[in-house]
Amino acid sequence: MPRETVDVALFVTCLVDLFRPTVGFAAVKLLEDAGCRVHVPAQSCCGQPAYNSGDNAGARAVAEQVIAAFEGFEYVVAPSGSCAGMIKEHYPALFEGDAGMGARARDLAGRTHELVSFLADIRGVESVAAAHDGAVTYHDSCSSLREMGVVDQPRRLLGLVAGLELRELGGAEECCGFGGTFCVKYPDISLKMVDDKIADIEKTGAETVLAGDLGCLMNIAGRLRRTGSRVEARHVAEVLAGMTGAPAIGEGES
Amino acid sequence: MRLTTPAFKDNARGALADPNLQESLGKLRTGFQAIRADAVAGLPDFEALRDTARDLKDHTLANLDEYLTRYEAKVIELGGHVHWARDAAEARDIVLELCRSVGARKVTKGKSMIAEEVGLNEFLEANGIEPIETDLGEYIVQLAKEPPSHILAPAVHKTVAQVADLFLEHHGKYGKTRRLEQPPELVAEARDVLRARYFEADVGITGANFLVAENGASVIVTNEGNGDLTQVLPRMHIVLTSIEKVVPSLDDVSVLLRILARSATGQEMSAYTTFSFGPKRADDLDGPDSFHVILLDNGRAAMLGTEFQDILRCIRCGACLNHCPIYGAVGGHAYGWVYSGPMGAVLTPALIGITDAAHLPNASTLCGRCESVCPMRIPLPRMLRDWRRKAFEAKLMPPRARAGLAVWAWLAARPALYRAITGPAMRLLAAMAGRKGRFRALPLAGGWTGGRDLPAPQGATFQAQWAQKQRTRRR
Repeated sequence: MPRETVDVALFVTCLVDLFRPTVGFAAVKLLEDAGCRVHVPAQSCCGQPAYNSGDNAGARAVAEQVIAAFEGFEYVVAPSGSCAGMIKEHYPALFEGDAGMGARARDLAGRTHELVSFLADIRGVESVAAAHDGAVTYHDSCSSLREMGVVDQPRRLLGLVAGLELRELGGAEECCGFGGTFCVKYPDISLKMVDDKIADIEKTGAETVLAGDLGCLMNIAGRLRRTGSRVEARHVAEVLAGMTGAPAIGEGES
Repeated sequence: MRLTTPAFKDNARGALADPNLQESLGKLRTGFQAIRADAVAGLPDFEALRDTARDLKDHTLANLDEYLTRYEAKVIELGGHVHWARDAAEARDIVLELCRSVGARKVTKGKSMIAEEVGLNEFLEANGIEPIETDLGEYIVQLAKEPPSHILAPAVHKTVAQVADLFLEHHGKYGKTRRLEQPPELVAEARDVLRARYFEADVGITGANFLVAENGASVIVTNEGNGDLTQVLPRMHIVLTSIEKVVPSLDDVSVLLRILARSATGQEMSAYTTFSFGPKRADDLDGPDSFHVILLDNGRAAMLGTEFQDILRCIRCGACLNHCPIYGAVGGHAYGWVYSGPMGAVLTPALIGITDAAHLPNASTLCGRCESVCPMRIPLPRMLRDWRRKAFEAKLMPPRARAGLAVWAWLAARPALYRAITGPAMRLLAAMAGRKGRFRALPLAGGWTGGRDLPAPQGATFQAQWAQKQRTRRR
């Protein structure tokens, strides 16, 4: 396991920054435990809302400040397959034909990682200081699964959590219906998709559903709470870091 | 067919509320998805074949004029005729003229999406010629007076009970008056009814899965053998197809055949793969007296060299439909035109224009499953984004959403200002939600809260808390 300290810039993602800072602090703890010195440059968003709406100029404006803010760090890590995928896969495409920005975008892309795969593959994490009493199931986000190749890493790390029982989710390759602005532009279709996902979650009998993307989780948790399910939703980093003190996503204090 | 693509949202809502449709669509996961997965797992070469298939089709498209010219020359050599149709109207007129040249009253049809694309059946009926669909699925939707809802399985939206009702209603005139319930009985009855009709037809129209430049063959792939009877029995055989179906050689066809059926129906090969070469020759026992190929462009040539060229690699296997969560939720009719699912969401805007089709590329989570199963490695999500870009440039987004996006993008490009605004905003939202931790409703968030609670922010943003901690650490 590599133990020399490395500098990591955390791309915390806009949803984590605004809605669930706990995930950001869980990511910091996991990274520090894995021998990283964590930096948090001033940031907003990766630009997906513009990019996926076809507003490439808007997306480029957002991307340019991300590229500038994260220049020079050995690694850039995001607790999201979707936002890491945006930087890694789509920034280079966004600046195709712009030699200067294109090179900087490709450079950033080469240094950018999704959190869990970074811990497992790059930092070789083989133990976590966490315990979780009960059964969980894990939802693969589409970008983690297909864009970032994050499949066995979260399962491997969850296997290190004392007391945790992982129950595989049926229909693991199916989207939960979040899709960024899709879920508010086409809410009827989105709800059908999240209901299918929740049916699969309920079938596992797990008390908690985990995922590596807060977008999926807010969608799933929002529907779980609306339908009165007992299943809780949390980001996988919270469990891996042993930071499950805060109420689950969409849950109140009581 | 009537274009209802602009009403996609209403179509989708109707589809979600249709219990018969939902029952039928529920079978995609256990049916098509499972059998494809098994078939692909059984062929270790599959991934390499996908590369070969992509490359051979890219090569063909880069030299499309040359291969089409070669194909045309070979067909003429075989005694056939080739007609070039720039658009749907030209294709319809050519078919009608050919039918009239032999005094045709009845026409049998193999499955052809190009015939759907040009609206052939309505046109023939309006001109006094009766089209008879011979593919079982097409036959069912013809009885129901509906367009196909899937490029491969036209009647996939129908339940067995609905088919039973249709046959009972329409087969009485052939002396079939018992309502059948079991699929094998229904298939047998359709076969019996259709068998007689092949002999009544003056012209047989089929599509083509592939056209072979080196020898002038047109290739169709079926599981029912209906295509063979359609093209062999009548006096005239018309192949109604489009320009991107050509491939250089039989070797290329064999590559595509190996991935087509596996991706489509999970079969190693379809039951029938038929190669036709021109009209009946002197020593042939049967076959048509005349053989015509209609090559439709209808906007395809204009896609060459653009960001949408890759969709012309499509071999119509339907895998992207079968694995698409949007298609799986609403079915094919909601797309409002001939093509549906991811390939339809990319192809339709190219053929009918992005203004009418703007919903299709937007109604996607870009989950990427289509690309992951496409045997031709077509980058469908990339092209969905390209269409979104075109739609955005054409200002097709509702003005309020566009304005909201502009404000957000402006702010997100200014992180310091962004933090100064979002920090207090999140604290306010957290305070509004109080101890409940979520919202059941929130102004301007109806799209979310219509069916979901909105998890509330925890309080101060991560960046605000982080900055606070850094200050504390430094002290």
